[in-house]
Amino acid sequence: MGLKNLTGLVLLSLAVIVLPYALPDFYFKLIQIGIYALICIGLSLLLGYAGQISLGHAAFYALGAYTSAILTVRYGWSPWLAVWVGIGLTIILALAIGIPSLRLQGHYLAMATLAFGEIAFVVATAWVALTGGPSGFGHIPKWNVFGYRLVPPRADQAIFYFVWAAVILGLLVALNLINSRVGRALRAIHDGEQAADVLGIPTATYKIKIFVLSAAYASVAGSIYAHVSGYVNPGPFSVEHSILFITMVIVGGMRTVWGGVAGACLMGLLPELLADLEHWRFAIYGLILLIIMMFIPQGILLGVRDLIAWSLEKLPFRKADSPGETE
Amino acid sequence: MSDSAGYSNLMQFVLSGLAFGSIYAMVAIGFNIIYNATGIINLAQGEFVMLGGMFLVWGQDELGLPVWAAVAVSVLIVAAIGVAFERIAIRPLRNPSVLVLIIITIAGSFLFRGAVLLVWGDRLFSCDSFLSGDSIWILGAIITRQRILIFGTLLVVGGILAVFFGYTILGKAMRATAFNRTAARLVGINTRTMVMFAFGLSAAIGALAGAVVVPVTGIAWEHGVLLGLKGFAAAVLGGLGNNAAAVVAGLLLGVIESVAAGTISTDYKDAIALSALLIVLFIRPAGLFGRAELTRLGQL
Amino acid sequence: MLKIDRGISQGIIVFALLLLASGIFFACEQKPQQMEETTTQQATPAPEMQEPMAPAEEPQAQAPQDEPIKIGAIFAITGRAAWLGEPEARTAEMIIEKVNGQGGINGRVIELIVKDTQGAEDRAVNAVRDLFREDVVAIIGPSRSGTSMAVADMCEEQQMPLISCAALAQITEGRKWVFKTPQKDSDVVIRIYEYMRDHGMTRVALITGTTGFGAGGREKLKEMAPEYGLEVVADETYGPGDTDMTPHLTRIRGTNPQAIVNWSIIPGQSIVMKNMKELGMSDIQIFQSHGFGNYGYLKAAGDAAEGVLFPAGRALVVDDLPADHPQKEVLSKLKQDYETRYDEPLSTFAGHAYDALWLVLDAIENVGADRAAIRDYIENRKGFVGTGGVFNFSPEDHTGLDKDSLEMLTVRNGKFAIPGGE
Repeated sequence: MGLKNLTGLVLLSLAVIVLPYALPDFYFKLIQIGIYALICIGLSLLLGYAGQISLGHAAFYALGAYTSAILTVRYGWSPWLAVWVGIGLTIILALAIGIPSLRLQGHYLAMATLAFGEIAFVVATAWVALTGGPSGFGHIPKWNVFGYRLVPPRADQAIFYFVWAAVILGLLVALNLINSRVGRALRAIHDGEQAADVLGIPTATYKIKIFVLSAAYASVAGSIYAHVSGYVNPGPFSVEHSILFITMVIVGGMRTVWGGVAGACLMGLLPELLADLEHWRFAIYGLILLIIMMFIPQGILLGVRDLIAWSLEKLPFRKADSPGETE
Repeated sequence: MSDSAGYSNLMQFVLSGLAFGSIYAMVAIGFNIIYNATGIINLAQGEFVMLGGMFLVWGQDELGLPVWAAVAVSVLIVAAIGVAFERIAIRPLRNPSVLVLIIITIAGSFLFRGAVLLVWGDRLFSCDSFLSGDSIWILGAIITRQRILIFGTLLVVGGILAVFFGYTILGKAMRATAFNRTAARLVGINTRTMVMFAFGLSAAIGALAGAVVVPVTGIAWEHGVLLGLKGFAAAVLGGLGNNAAAVVAGLLLGVIESVAAGTISTDYKDAIALSALLIVLFIRPAGLFGRAELTRLGQL
Repeated sequence: MLKIDRGISQGIIVFALLLLASGIFFACEQKPQQMEETTTQQATPAPEMQEPMAPAEEPQAQAPQDEPIKIGAIFAITGRAAWLGEPEARTAEMIIEKVNGQGGINGRVIELIVKDTQGAEDRAVNAVRDLFREDVVAIIGPSRSGTSMAVADMCEEQQMPLISCAALAQITEGRKWVFKTPQKDSDVVIRIYEYMRDHGMTRVALITGTTGFGAGGREKLKEMAPEYGLEVVADETYGPGDTDMTPHLTRIRGTNPQAIVNWSIIPGQSIVMKNMKELGMSDIQIFQSHGFGNYGYLKAAGDAAEGVLFPAGRALVVDDLPADHPQKEVLSKLKQDYETRYDEPLSTFAGHAYDALWLVLDAIENVGADRAAIRDYIENRKGFVGTGGVFNFSPEDHTGLDKDSLEMLTVRNGKFAIPGGE
């Protein structure tokens, strides 16, 4: 996957290690954001590389969370086992929904995934016997890493490391994939589906594989969330969250998986930063989003990079380049 | 439950569904108009509906206008907001991708909601029915005059639009822009003006839908979100870009929802309606009346 | 090829964004330096620390007398549930201003640190973490059942007294450090069902909102109906986004009930009454829950709300209370203060915050600014006169109110009122 991405990962790891010491009153806000970042990595694979949109990923996030919650609370499973069952169920569901959906294009695909997300939300709310309904599901066991229970708030630092380790692992997997045969095939699909077809790339299979993979990312994020928070209810799995995830990916820059992480950080922190604005919050949030999209449509990550490159005058101003131009 | 009671209940569900289906249909038409002009889905469409309702209440309560004048004022103001939104946020962009435009409309939706929250707060507003008088019995079901008015509004809007797009220069120019932008420009149509006009028209229709629904449901700052999504569903169900299909699909969606709630389960009514939509899409990937080759593919 | 390495620059940028964002945030928070150090130790426990349930070491360095006592407050001030959180935050701020104006508690100023949960679980969790770092002695709120559940375990773990303003019974169940001020669902159900029994009703239809509040009520309503000889003939739900309940009500009408219970905290509950009127269902008595206690809902329902019955705290009918009623003084004072200051009618939600905050203030006055002492004091507090009723807490009961705290209210001429003749 190249030395350059590796360096990026090392730097990110360093940042993660240092942050709790540098900013002890702040770093914990990145726990939830790390969970979002994990979802966004999967989504940016789907959106940026396979060119497919999903407005229903909160459903897979929910599936992971509820599977974890139900298996550990009702049946006394270990969270470590429950994650895998969550992934397994997610793969089945993602195949079931992905195979017919990915035949759809553009806005139709967006609507189909959105409908699926809303259906999942309704089920989580209405199937009280299984999910606890709107009151939710409490007393979920916490993660146990080498004998340490990750109980918030005491183990916040460990939880932070745990979540971001998952993010870095997720990045590692995604970057490996992009720079493999699969990644090249995906780029071909993104640039022109028919052309890729003609070249003998099984586009449909690849699209579904990536859809399933991105769903698995969301499912893992859901399991992590459930065992960190200890409580799940339908609230965090609404369609609005699905739309938020897509927004994060696009704001971050969908032409690289790093963009998903950057977008999750920025859009995740905005509401925290704007919290004191009270009723001004919504309008300001919209305004910031509007300005970002109007002036740096390639996403903040590439936007900032372009800015750096430009200001260093090593390069003339460049447009956003194609993904994975790392080799 | 006796058969006749079952029948009148079913009528009741259908009539309730038609009233709300009319709203979905008007929202879907709004989606279509902007889609035809720009190829994007305007996710702030629901907010136009909400703004329509808000300005109606404002016109009545603050300006003391009679209801019909308040509706007109509301529609005009919201149309102006739609135009302004296009001028400020859409037009300055050079070669934007569809996804970026969609996120911009999401940003717009936050802005509109935020502004309403600042000006009017989070109260649920309501107003009296436009038409006084008792509810009416139709085929064993009872329906308020306001709901009939909502349905009537849809018919009038649909009729006016049919004439507008079929017989006026401006309407034809908009259709030409939707059909082939470059060709339209070549024959001297200012396609940018058409886009601006599309936003204004779409906002106006949304506002009208929002105004007529206030006496039935009330209106609050966040009501637009769900109406927007339902309208999007109706537009896709019918086939994007086709207004007649949107009317049918909107009404159908409203009726399915209402009948599902009434006869199967209120808990799962949204899931049932959306499952129906999914099944349609899986069988007909471009909607009920859409032709696959006409969808704007690959633009994401 | 790029001259600037893609991977490196991306890594740098993510890093920079993280730091930048954190920096901005950090700059926004002004707080004394020593505080950070103590809380850092708390937040990063040494691995040797005995798991599980080792009590968090409290930095109990007795603050000097001139330092303010900090109390945390987390409410849904903006967002979906702002109609709950805003009056709650206003009430709390008003009380603190007044208390400090009179010299504070035991000569010490009270500092109320208000955080906005935005009605969202993840925000609430972070807000609570912020408050732990501020070293508050107790937390009041959150406004919603979902957010309360999301933070309850953390407060339990941190040994932080939490006095929630949300209704769901599960919030306090099995928890040592968590209390709540709204009346118990089961007591509200008892009042409604007693009324039905006394008026010879046997067939009841339920229609509830799909939030934690509605779900909690639904469960209790179904569970307790047989005790009162009632048959639940319909059980419908509606979501926060639903705008048309005529299908629900048509279904209900088909089951021929004598009464409908509409149990919800969301604004949509007003539509149920409007739709009932549309459908001409005036022969069926409608009951609302204590979640109806807000003039906004009443206004939205218009004349469709006339004659509705609902049990609620007495905050809504202060003027109708007899002068010798134990709550009269507390309530009329709050009503007067709140309504003159904010120019909006008092809601029961504002009262929940009033009760929560005064429970804490009262505890501090009696046992000092110590978390464990506050908890113990509240748990054994008897006869605390609040807006929700007269609270009698015990280790088994962290709500402290019984069914007598509720008054069966109605709507007459667009105003909340006590039904005539009772």
